[in-house]
Amino acid sequence: MADERADDADLEQNDGQRFDRLPETPSERTVEGRVSREEVVDYFADRFGIPLETFDDYTFWEKGAGKIWIYRGEAPTPLSIEAIGMTCLRTRQEHWKPTTDFVQRFGRYATDCVIDLEREEARRFAAGEDQDLEWWDGDWGYLVGAHEVAGEREPLGVGLYVHGELRSMVPKGRQREL
Amino acid sequence: MEPLERYRPIIDDFEAFLAACDRPLGNAVRVNTIKSSVERATAALEEEGADYEQADWNPRVLRLETDSPGSTWTSFHGFTHGQEEVSAVPPVVLDPEPGERVWDCCAAPGGKATQLAALMDDRGTVVANDNNLGRISALRFNAERLGATSLAVTNDDARNYSLERFDFDEFDRVLVDAPCSCEGTIRKNPDALDNWSEGHVSSVAGIQKGILRRAIQATREGGTVVYSTCTFAPEENEAVVQHALNEENCRVVDFDIGLERSTGLTEWNEETYDSSLERAARIYPHQNDTGGFFVAKLEVTA
Repeated sequence: MADERADDADLEQNDGQRFDRLPETPSERTVEGRVSREEVVDYFADRFGIPLETFDDYTFWEKGAGKIWIYRGEAPTPLSIEAIGMTCLRTRQEHWKPTTDFVQRFGRYATDCVIDLEREEARRFAAGEDQDLEWWDGDWGYLVGAHEVAGEREPLGVGLYVHGELRSMVPKGRQREL
Repeated sequence: MEPLERYRPIIDDFEAFLAACDRPLGNAVRVNTIKSSVERATAALEEEGADYEQADWNPRVLRLETDSPGSTWTSFHGFTHGQEEVSAVPPVVLDPEPGERVWDCCAAPGGKATQLAALMDDRGTVVANDNNLGRISALRFNAERLGATSLAVTNDDARNYSLERFDFDEFDRVLVDAPCSCEGTIRKNPDALDNWSEGHVSSVAGIQKGILRRAIQATREGGTVVYSTCTFAPEENEAVVQHALNEENCRVVDFDIGLERSTGLTEWNEETYDSSLERAARIYPHQNDTGGFFVAKLEVTA
């Protein structure tokens, strides 16, 4: 992919204080290290099986270093305001990491890397606890933790699965004792 | 309760009003239809053994029989949001449609802004503004928890709000849920009247007038502005709307909600207000066993 990109020397630096809309493709990139919309929706499709068209009505933005936001309203780029839509993904690090709020909103479209938890496991996940889960034989890395609510699967948030352990990535302020 | 004495002449069954103000309020939640249908949310509550009662006027408002409505799966998943029953009224009166541009100019902590986004099927643009940076974090937290993706958050004084930052220069609808003396929240917050004074009422009324005028100016001709407070003071309610009628192009219009309500006042102390102010709603705690609210619906004219 690197050869599609413009020379880094020609690229601007990221301004972490404002919202900039992501370029459509890597070749349209004008800011160093910025991901493209195509890479973001491909990641959600490749990792979690979320269909590409799920995001047809949405735009993606960067504010802060590697903090990606998903938005459905109108806005010009660049834009200096507090927030648009919701944070959805952390890039500019080795392993991209989706946010709990994004997974709760869009994780219902996921078909891959979803770990189904029993009620007690779900309770511990929501409380932010790590737990040993040796039975998972799927991919390691960031997963969608889910359980059944009112007869349907419902995503709880992001978990990190490594070495037989599922670590809850539910942020402190979102953790609940249920 | 003493500051409420001055409303004795205008409130029917004043003793019942005082008695209601003295009773604590139960927990109400709003179903967040961005994440869940009413059917699924109520099924999830039943699964958890949480009892609820649906409000007659709005099936999305549930009265919950629990001491900790935040410790339910429905809350964790953002299917429900703790919001006082009567506080769900102004967005319903504003009645936004999917795809519209809507401004909630005093939006923190975001219960009504996210309700607007839900009423719009999370399609369109809800600009949720608040002048208090500390409260903005609560607004952002709630917006993300409830999954509102059509919401943009700004931190400014609504009285001189600039639309230059956006690609459009007017809104279809604006909600002015103004900062107020909060008399109507006494059932939720027994300290609400501790700092009451006529001076406070009059200074907050000045701010309310400035915000409502700017809201009308920022709305397209034919668009709608809803003005609401959680207080009973006519200085902060009818007098503020009267000021807008005098200074801006707008008129007061009728609206229907399935709650018992009193009409707006046309006189208070030495002042008289336009007869159209009868179209506004005064919602008292003893009428529907809720908190207190004032709501007026305005249409922007040429």
